[in-house]
Amino acid sequence: MTHLPRRTFLKRTLASAVLVSAGSSLFAPGWALAAEWPKAAFGAKKIDEAVQALFGSSQMSPSASIKLKAPAQAENSAQVQVQVTAEMPNVEAIAVFVEKNPSPLVAHASFSGAEGYFSARMKMAETSDVYAVVKSGGKLYMAKQNIKVTAGGCGG
Amino acid sequence: MKKILLLLAVLGVIAGTTSAAVADPAADLNNLREFFKKKFPTVPFDEYANGLYALPDMQEYRDQWKLINEFPPYELGVADGKKKWETPFKNGKTFASCFKNGGKNIAQGYPYWDEASQKVRTAEMDLNDCLKKNGEPEFTDLDKDQAARVKLAQLTAYFYSLSAGQRIKIDLSSPGAVKAYEEGKKFWWQRRGQLNFACSNCHMDLAGKNFGGNQPLSAALGHTTAWPAQRLEWGRLETIHQRYKTCNSQVRAKPFKHGSDIYNNLQLYETYMSSGLPLTAPAMRN
Amino acid sequence: MADKQTKIRTKTQGNDTDVLVLVSHPMESGLRPDPKDKDKKVPAHFIEKMIFALNGKEVANADLGPAVSTDPLVGIKLKGAKAGDKLKVTWSDNKGESGSGEATIG
Repeated sequence: MTHLPRRTFLKRTLASAVLVSAGSSLFAPGWALAAEWPKAAFGAKKIDEAVQALFGSSQMSPSASIKLKAPAQAENSAQVQVQVTAEMPNVEAIAVFVEKNPSPLVAHASFSGAEGYFSARMKMAETSDVYAVVKSGGKLYMAKQNIKVTAGGCGG
Repeated sequence: MKKILLLLAVLGVIAGTTSAAVADPAADLNNLREFFKKKFPTVPFDEYANGLYALPDMQEYRDQWKLINEFPPYELGVADGKKKWETPFKNGKTFASCFKNGGKNIAQGYPYWDEASQKVRTAEMDLNDCLKKNGEPEFTDLDKDQAARVKLAQLTAYFYSLSAGQRIKIDLSSPGAVKAYEEGKKFWWQRRGQLNFACSNCHMDLAGKNFGGNQPLSAALGHTTAWPAQRLEWGRLETIHQRYKTCNSQVRAKPFKHGSDIYNNLQLYETYMSSGLPLTAPAMRN
Repeated sequence: MADKQTKIRTKTQGNDTDVLVLVSHPMESGLRPDPKDKDKKVPAHFIEKMIFALNGKEVANADLGPAVSTDPLVGIKLKGAKAGDKLKVTWSDNKGESGSGEATIG
C-alpha cells in the first residue's frame, strides 16, 4: 500500500497549508470578521448617539466595578493614557469616549478570550469628562472621570 | 505677574554680572550644583537626569511619564536609528568603523572641542562626517528638511543609547575648549527676544514652575542628558538644536541655524553643566 | 515618522500577561490643516481595526478611531497564557494599508 502513506502525507501537508493560509487570511484587511468597523459610532458627534450607534442602546448604569485610571491633569493633550479595568464577570466589550471631542468615540474593544481590560493613548480637544462604557451580560455600564487639559502657555 | 517681573529684574541684575577675568568652568559647575542643592534639597543628584520629572510639584506629570515609559513612542524612532546604524554602506563598512570602541560608551564625551578644526563637534556632525568619509549622502538642509533632521535625530538617538548610563564627562583642558565654553555661557546668560528672557531666567529660579499654565520649566542641571529626545507634542525624535531653535522662538527671539557655532558652543556649555549625570537619551520630555 | 513597525511588549506575572502594542502610524484625523497649504487638510489616515490572536485564536478585536494618539499604543490583558504561546497582532487602516507583529509570551 505505497499510495496510502503518500495520500496521508499530502492530506497532512494540505491541511497544515490550509491552516496557515486560513490563519493569514483570517486577519487580512477587508476580510469580513464578525464586527466591521463601526463607522456610524465613530461619526456620531454626541456621546449618547455614539453609544447608541455602537451598542444599540444608550441605557448605561454607573458601576463601581469599572476602574478608570486616567490623569486628573493631562501633561499633554496629544498623549493621554487611559486604562480601563472591568471587574465584573463576562465582559464582552469596553469603549472609551471623550465627551468634548468632535467625535466622542475614541476606541472600542470586544473580547473573546482576553480579560476585561483595555488601555490606549488618546488625543483630547479640551478639558472633558472621559467615559468608559462596558458591555457585560448584555447590559451597559459606565464610569467617568474629568481630565483637565491646558492649552496655551508658551506653545512651541 | 508683577512678582514675576520683579523677580526677573532682580535675576537680570545678577545675570548681568560678568564672571571674573579668568574663566573657571569648574567653579561655574560647582555654583550650579550648589544652587540646585539649595533650591531642591530633596532631589538626589542623579535624578536630575530625568529632567523636569525629577522636580518637586511635578508628581502628576511624573506618574504620566512613568506610564508612557512602559512603551514610549521613541522606541519606533530609535529602531529606525538602529537600522541605519547597522546597515552597511556601499563600501561594506558601517558607522561603527568611524568611532572609538565601535561607538559604544563614548557619547558621554560629546560635544567635544576639535583641536584640528578649532571648533566644537557634536555627535550629529561626526555621524554626518562618517557618511561623507564613506561616500554616502549626508543629512543636509536640517533647518528646513524635517524628514532629514528627524532621520539624523533617530540615528543620533541610537548612538547615544549605546552609551546609556555613562556619566557626562566633557574635556575642557584646551584653551580653545574653554573659549568655546565661555561663548556658550555668554549665550546662556544673555537676554534675548521680545520677552527679553535669558535661558537662566526660566531654567534657574523658575525651574519647577509652570510658566503660562502649560509650560513646566526644567532645571539647567540635567538639561542635555535626554537628548536627542521626543517631546510629547512632537510625534518624533528631535535634535537638541531643534529644541534650542523652538525655545528661542518661544521667547520671541530669533532662532539660529541648526548646527551653527552658536548652538554648538551653547551645547558644550550646557552639557558641561550636566557633568557627572548619567546619559538617559533618548527619552520622553514635555 | 518611523518606517512602519508593529512592536509588542508582553509582561507575565503568574497567571497574568500584560500586552502592549505600539505601531508607527500617523493617525491623522483629516481635520488638521496642511502646514504646506493652509486651505487644505491633511487627509484622514488612521488605523481602524486591530486584532489580537493567541496561538491562532482571536482573543480581542479593537476598533480604533483618529482620536487615538499618533503612533498608537493599545493595551490588553490575558489570563493563563503560557511561556511559548504565540501572540499575533494585525491591523488595517482606512486607506486599506495593514501591518502585523508577533511576540512569544515569555
